[in-house]
Amino acid sequence: MGRYIVRRLLWMLVVLLALSAITFFLMHAVPGGPFDREKALPPEIIANLEQRYHLDEPLLQQYARYLYDVFIPHLSRTPPGRSLMDDHLININLRVGGLWLKWMNFGPSYHSLSRTVNDIFRQQLPISAQLGTMALCVALIIGVPMGIMAALKQNTIFDYVGMSVAIFGVSVPVIILGPILVWIFGVELRWLPVTGWGASPPYILGFLPRPSVEFFRYAAMPSVALGLGSSAIIARLTRASLLQVIREDYIRTARAKGLAERVVIVRHALKNSLIPVVTILGPMFAALVTGTFVTETIFGIPGMGRYFVTSITNRDYPVIMGTILLYAVFLVVANLVVDIVYAYLDPRIRYT
Amino acid sequence: MSAQNKSTGLAEALNGGAGGAPLSRKSESLWADAARRLLRNRAAILGGVIVILLLLTAIFAPFIAPRTFAEQVLVDNNVVPSWVPRVFPSMRDYARISGDYLLGADYVGRDLFSRIIYGTRISLTVALIGPLISLLIGVTFGSISGYFGGRVDNLMMRIVDVLYGFPGLLFIILLMAFFRGTLSQPEPGTFAYTMSEIDRRMGGMFFIFIGIGLTAWETMARLTRGQVLSVREKEFIEAAHTIGAGNLRIMFRHILPNIVGPLVVSETLTIPSYISTEAFLSFIGLGVNPPTPSWGAMISDGSAVVRSYPNQTIFPALALAITMFAFNFLGDGLRDALDPRLRGTQ
Repeated sequence: MGRYIVRRLLWMLVVLLALSAITFFLMHAVPGGPFDREKALPPEIIANLEQRYHLDEPLLQQYARYLYDVFIPHLSRTPPGRSLMDDHLININLRVGGLWLKWMNFGPSYHSLSRTVNDIFRQQLPISAQLGTMALCVALIIGVPMGIMAALKQNTIFDYVGMSVAIFGVSVPVIILGPILVWIFGVELRWLPVTGWGASPPYILGFLPRPSVEFFRYAAMPSVALGLGSSAIIARLTRASLLQVIREDYIRTARAKGLAERVVIVRHALKNSLIPVVTILGPMFAALVTGTFVTETIFGIPGMGRYFVTSITNRDYPVIMGTILLYAVFLVVANLVVDIVYAYLDPRIRYT
Repeated sequence: MSAQNKSTGLAEALNGGAGGAPLSRKSESLWADAARRLLRNRAAILGGVIVILLLLTAIFAPFIAPRTFAEQVLVDNNVVPSWVPRVFPSMRDYARISGDYLLGADYVGRDLFSRIIYGTRISLTVALIGPLISLLIGVTFGSISGYFGGRVDNLMMRIVDVLYGFPGLLFIILLMAFFRGTLSQPEPGTFAYTMSEIDRRMGGMFFIFIGIGLTAWETMARLTRGQVLSVREKEFIEAAHTIGAGNLRIMFRHILPNIVGPLVVSETLTIPSYISTEAFLSFIGLGVNPPTPSWGAMISDGSAVVRSYPNQTIFPALALAITMFAFNFLGDGLRDALDPRLRGTQ
């Protein structure tokens, strides 16, 4: 298992490097640059800007510089200041000869002047993470019980209603459900706020908001809009897998030895039927993460998604690179965690 | 699923089918059986009918739509017909009424109804071309990999593995950004110029196809490879080899017809995701070029004014939802109909 995890982590590094290279050379290959304006800047100014951001160097050198800044920890005598070019995500005071260990400098943003990519991570990422987590909770809280109910009462009204709701959920992605929810609950009924986010720093553990009515009032619509589609997928999967497990021999054995139906279902059937559900959580997490772009736009949430999308149209190179790498790390790590949980849940699976 | 039901179902199907079929026939071909079961699935029929209606709408859009999608009457911006404030009571106080527009006009005075009608073209084209590209690349790649096996297979599947690790939507976004260099025009005569010229003529759809095509084929390649592997060792392939059939002939005449069913079903089930990918790209501004109407772009425009004029986002959203429903129903029905475990049942 340990060897397997190490190998997967190395593989993850390969994927991240490949992705960073593709992103880097793709975005530089597009004609034009980050300092194109409707009214062109004087060439001297552009030359100065490019020199400041090292854009005048050969591409390979720029890429190497970026990799060095982001991936390789380095030692420095200067304490972490608020300089735009020297803003690291991780700063450790070594307490030896005034040395600091600095790691992960994603660079300054070309468009939001006086902000670095790390600033965007620090301020916007927790909000996106809260939204994603809430949506995941919504997906699980609605999806799993609905699937179980439909399977246990197969071919009854519960089953039909549950599965109709599920097909509805699969068919309405957040870009459909979002505006409809805003219209019903925000505009006509005026129950919930239409835009904004109800949490502010400091956060518990770096991203968890302090629970308050205000937070849930703001978070209710976006998380339902984002999570409902996933809950439908979970419900269908739970139902199918539970139906299969219930017909297994060991369930009959459990019933035959006189266990209560409750115990049979909860102890024996549910645990095994949730294995396929766990495997879908990886891809589902990816869908939720990318879904946050749209959700944040519709509900006016000040998260990462807006920055990512506008950075692409603005050709804000460091922000594009930083956000892509960040999302990719999330997705790859999520898949790894899912695989490990999978092995833990199903003793028949052994990774080597 | 009693035996009686089954036999009456069979008799009905035979009576309703082409005349002259002998009633004593017991076994049906896979496709006849599948078609019969598909026709018994009411949701799938509904989905199919809606898809056909949408296709007709897309083809005859210029005849159905009262205006063109780009026609702007600036003085009519944000007007609504008289029935809209009754459905959306919040806009009763300030809405300007005009009988000229069936669903209202948008912020520059373009007819919403006409734009939704023309928007069908984008969504349906993506729904048809997306699977085609994915099948073309995926099946070619997968069958070569599965058929030749060994080192070729190993290498090709590692390539798929690396691409599979990439977050798909992020990759599409990157490609789209790459294709649409902002504020810049490529030199005439270059490859990039030809590409962007094709794209411009198609209203921005061409790059969407390429983006989807380049990211959606990996699953298909894996599926095809698995299917080819399972068929490759069968006796009839060996027989074909012994009578001297070439690789290409074996691939196209002997293997492909045997594996096409699962491939088509799997592709049908992913159609809604192509539609929503296009809507998503247009929503974040990387999709079709304005003023080409895409439902995603319309929802995006509308959601900016959802508090004042909800009709501008609700109607395109409903159109998109109905389309997604239809393709989901149809795909589910097809899957059930072609599922060999359900053969012979209703």
